[in-house]
Amino acid sequence: MKKDNRLLPNNDVPDVERDYFCDAYPEPVKPFQGFIEKFLNWARANSLWILGFGTGCGAIELRPLMTARFDMFRYGMAPRPTPRQSCVFVIGGYASIKTLKRIVRSYEQIQAPKFVLALGSCTINGGMYFDSYNTINRIDHYIPVDVYVTGCMPRPEALIAGLRKLQELIKQGKAEKANEYIKNFEWYKANQKKVIKDWNMPDYNW
Amino acid sequence: MATPLLVKILYSLISLAVITIWGLTLGGIVRKIYARVQGRIGPPFWQPFIDIIKTYGKRTAVTHGIMFFLGPVFRIAGGIGTYLFIPAILGSTIFSNFSVSGDVLLVMYFIFFGQLGMALGAGESGHPYSAIGVARGLAQMTAFEVPFALSIIAIAIQYHTLNITSIVLAQQGSILNWTLFTNPLATIAALIAMLGMNMHNPFSVVMAPQEIPIGPPTEFHGSYLGLMQTNRGIFNAAKLVLYMNLFFGGATNIFAMVIKTFAIYMISVVVGVSFPRFRTDQSIKFFLSVPTLIALLAIIIMVL
Repeated sequence: MKKDNRLLPNNDVPDVERDYFCDAYPEPVKPFQGFIEKFLNWARANSLWILGFGTGCGAIELRPLMTARFDMFRYGMAPRPTPRQSCVFVIGGYASIKTLKRIVRSYEQIQAPKFVLALGSCTINGGMYFDSYNTINRIDHYIPVDVYVTGCMPRPEALIAGLRKLQELIKQGKAEKANEYIKNFEWYKANQKKVIKDWNMPDYNW
Repeated sequence: MATPLLVKILYSLISLAVITIWGLTLGGIVRKIYARVQGRIGPPFWQPFIDIIKTYGKRTAVTHGIMFFLGPVFRIAGGIGTYLFIPAILGSTIFSNFSVSGDVLLVMYFIFFGQLGMALGAGESGHPYSAIGVARGLAQMTAFEVPFALSIIAIAIQYHTLNITSIVLAQQGSILNWTLFTNPLATIAALIAMLGMNMHNPFSVVMAPQEIPIGPPTEFHGSYLGLMQTNRGIFNAAKLVLYMNLFFGGATNIFAMVIKTFAIYMISVVVGVSFPRFRTDQSIKFFLSVPTLIALLAIIIMVL
């Protein structure tokens, strides 16, 4: 893969703050070949560190997973409080435009390979907020989604089933959405900037 | 007969590999125990290994500057340094490491060193939670170093040496020769200091994920975090081996080492699952009162 020498414009960042941000263009990273990638994928699947984005009502379904009744730790999943260290981003339900900005920011701070699990009907088609003026309807117009869990709200069992499905996808090497995000970077950015009016952050949050 | 240098290096690598694997396994077992106490099934005991493979397998990484690179490096240098100057198994050529006269002081320095390096690295990441975590960590560490250092002084007075191998040799023969029985006050003070060192409850406020997202390593990811996780295994096991040598008669074979370090770690774990968390000021007040007085008493008794 050839090196991308383009720079991000970062037009919306004030001049005094330019120095604080990296303006390198994000690049897709090619996976390894053969058994190395299979082995790494096995490790990734069995060590899912979850960043719960708890602004929608779905966040309430994430908590029971840590308790004795549902116990996600037995599958190697663990909550992680910072985007830098986590690899699964769980969108907990509807995303308002204000929230979307933070979602994009957190998503870009997660290091690849990263996976997104969207929770609830609101992330698929807007759900009961489909005609709201300040929520977005389809989350995958803004960040790529690996697994959807439907329902309003889905129960913790459904969430566990979704995470198990994600593990399967990772093991099969089908969870490469982080690279797709970079490949379709312009399309995603255009979509994001269409709805987020006060864009005062860099174009890619390294 | 002096061992050739290359052979010595090979022995050190074997010794280091064994202690890394044991340290990480111990971490996994403790996670399992925590889970069982809380009525969960819990992760498998090899979970730390999977986590480390995964963090090393991250495809991208960002940096915040040179110190950000060096922080985890200093941390793991501290862990390896701590271990390599402790004779893990008495009389074994492979596991005797680089024990020299006065190595207790060196080891105490190395225990401190990693944390300071980490503090610099975490400071450069610029994350506010890192700064809070570092402040808490260094404050708490300074507090528990006091009873720890005092009890080491008590032992040095008792055995008239600062060499770990000599201290272990002096405890051989009978279980009643252990420092645990010959100098119980110093042992108690040092064990209380160990609770702080292992950062389980009630002294877990440094990395409390519920309060300050994971504390100092908030910004560390990928290989940086992998180094720190590896270090956690080495460093934990090294500290336990040090305690085993100083207070519990050392070990003459690897099984004795495994059993004794496990038992010593269980003290931390039992306290950890039973108690809630101290605030930083409370834990400093705690370390500087009872354990410090006990350690001072131990010194006075040894001098008399």
